[in-house]
Amino acid sequence: MSELALAAFAAETNRHLLREPRGDAAFRAFARAFDEGAYLARLRENGVRWLPRSDQGFPPLLGAIHDPPTGLFMRGDATPAALRAPTVGVVGARACSPYGAQVARLLGRELAAAGLVVVSGLARGIDGEAHRGALDAGGMTVAVLGCGVDRDYPAAHAALGARVRSSGLAVSEYAPGVEPAPWRFPARNRIIAGLAAVTVVVEARERSGALITADLALEEGREIFVVPGEITSALSAGTNELLRLGATPLLSSADVLELFGLAARQPEAVDLTSTADTVLARLRDGPTSADELVRSTGLDAGALASALTELELAGRAVAAGGVYRAN
Amino acid sequence: MLARTVTHALVGLDARRVEVEAHLDNGIPGFAIVGLADRACQEAKHRVRSGIASAELEWPVRRRITVNLAPAELRKEGSGFDLPIALSILAASGQIPRERLDDHAAVGELGLDGSLRPVGGVIALAEAARRAGLPRILCAERSCAEAALAGIEPVPVRHLSEVAAYLRGEREPEPWAEANGQREEKPLLDLADLRGQERARRALEIAAAGGHNLLLAGPPGTGKTMLARRLPGILPPLSTVEALEVTRIHSVAGMLAADRPLVTHRPLRSPHYNASVAALVGGGAGPKPGEVSLAHRGVLVLDEFAEFQRPALEALRQPLEDGFVSIARVGGRAVFPARFQLVAAMNLCPCGARGDPAADCKCSPQRLSAFRDKLSRALLDRFDLVVAMPRPRAAELAAPPGEASDPVRHRVAAARERLDVARAEWTKEATELLDRAVERLPLSGRGRARARRVAETIAALAGEQAVGAEYLGEALAYRSPTELGTA
Repeated sequence: MSELALAAFAAETNRHLLREPRGDAAFRAFARAFDEGAYLARLRENGVRWLPRSDQGFPPLLGAIHDPPTGLFMRGDATPAALRAPTVGVVGARACSPYGAQVARLLGRELAAAGLVVVSGLARGIDGEAHRGALDAGGMTVAVLGCGVDRDYPAAHAALGARVRSSGLAVSEYAPGVEPAPWRFPARNRIIAGLAAVTVVVEARERSGALITADLALEEGREIFVVPGEITSALSAGTNELLRLGATPLLSSADVLELFGLAARQPEAVDLTSTADTVLARLRDGPTSADELVRSTGLDAGALASALTELELAGRAVAAGGVYRAN
Repeated sequence: MLARTVTHALVGLDARRVEVEAHLDNGIPGFAIVGLADRACQEAKHRVRSGIASAELEWPVRRRITVNLAPAELRKEGSGFDLPIALSILAASGQIPRERLDDHAAVGELGLDGSLRPVGGVIALAEAARRAGLPRILCAERSCAEAALAGIEPVPVRHLSEVAAYLRGEREPEPWAEANGQREEKPLLDLADLRGQERARRALEIAAAGGHNLLLAGPPGTGKTMLARRLPGILPPLSTVEALEVTRIHSVAGMLAADRPLVTHRPLRSPHYNASVAALVGGGAGPKPGEVSLAHRGVLVLDEFAEFQRPALEALRQPLEDGFVSIARVGGRAVFPARFQLVAAMNLCPCGARGDPAADCKCSPQRLSAFRDKLSRALLDRFDLVVAMPRPRAAELAAPPGEASDPVRHRVAAARERLDVARAEWTKEATELLDRAVERLPLSGRGRARARRVAETIAALAGEQAVGAEYLGEALAYRSPTELGTA
């Protein structure tokens, strides 16, 4: 029985099927009528490839979870080999804080720069930032979708999805044409956890989807790292709870890289002006608005703005909502 | 038995000559006004009849009265035709000398007691009368100062009996109060009232110097509106020509103070976010200027910018681009100037908590993206300067009061002069920095052009002819933040 027929049948009947439904007359009829060659040709026409579970090239880590998908539909320019490379999942809240966004971007960039594949879910918030970070570094990134790989979901990330596909992959266990539905996302999370040797949770509320991913990773015996958050922020309640339960706190991307035996790539040294140096020293004490910096550095607003732009361009500071952070 | 009075009708800001002809004959007694007169104009019949009677003049009974407002194809609106209609009838019935009307324009609304009331747009009407070679205009006493601004001699009229006596040569015109005589105008709001907010103050100064539009974004209560309202105070004063332009628009809108008709301060308009498209850019049957025109040569403050209706926001694009609003109507096209500086203030999210460390933003991603989608790319592109204003910590509010408006205004004036004189040159370092920024930041082609403009203004403020990298660096700090979609 072909796995592709099963995936196509699941899409047709809007169900989640991992093995052949026994004694299901509808499926038997479907399988008999199913023309695998024609279906594959149609996939090819739409730039979609199919990687069945039984294929030699199927990522072994994903094949090892207790309920692996029947196969993966893939769209993008990278080869399926990318899925077998050392992979890190970066997951977290959709509604994230500027801090969470900054950390996800930074991790995406540094992990991808060191040669790891960054896997996430293309959702808003942390997911999107992790993909962007990896793309910034010119690294490999894979988006696991909870709908067909031909769908742009969320719509706001259509452009980001295209960028991911232009150098990496979008993958899904669902056949093209499957619409996103709330129940498909936890199933999607198990694929992220399954592909990744290590999962990093950046920011999660209590009962967040990112915690499901973390649980699944733990069940499969994978390593997880958790980014500590502020105890006063509801956005960090879920991640801080994981830390209380004994998860390893992530203090820098080096923590992850060490596990893979990789060294962090040194950021390119940029000569900063002395004013920019002074400002950076202040930023290291914590996130600060431009106005506070004016008072603590004694610079005028114009010179300070200039120094902050210099830091931003050098990748040493990021701004969100008028608040600057050291990067 | 024909008599003629000259007056003017407004089409937008444009005054067109209208001849009010009255003809008396021996037909069936009656009174008709012809020549595309609107309702207010038709009602003149009753006011004129009562007014003439109250002035103890004679209403031509047992005569057929026909009043024609020529040219007939021009739509006439409003009550300003009352006085010319009354005068034409009085002249046609021989109660005042007909030839005296040849060198007087006339405008004003009559009361039932014969008194004369002011109408809007007198300065535009008076200017047209002067251009038509009429030396004097008969108008309500309260309109005289305004008419005088047009360079014509106003004849103040309090009552119809007075004007009849004047035209018969039985009395001299009364003196009238000079424009902007005694009353001092309210002083403008001063920047000294503001504590902290160094970055936003700096951006306001740059906006004033370069005439850039400014967008302030941040949680409620950070002083966005306070700051925006202080922009007129640091702009150079209106020139005489500009003051007349502004006065003309405000006159048509009926907003001038009788004892201070000449607008001398740059106008500041801040319409509520419920404003309709017509209220904002102008409209109506006889087109009236909207907020963008009332803010001509001044500042338009749009608070809660993201709460404005989408069509209203999109309607702002034409005036922002062209500096005027053109409204097409059946009777023709009205053009209102609208060269204003826009300062918009908005929250960073619908609930307003974003950017506020003490509050937790509860907006769903969908709501947030709907909020951002409302501000189209094309509209955000009109803001050269975008400043995020985070909530200051308590300690910052104890900061000493900032610089007052006066020194800022002098710097702004100096920078404007420098920008007018010569084009800025770009140093090699600045050009290189711009290329690097385009590569590293999300900076579109338009974003690049904006950064260039702002950098040139900053250099001018610094008194430099050459744009150095430090000025461009500062300009780049005021680009639109990723929270509002990438620039």
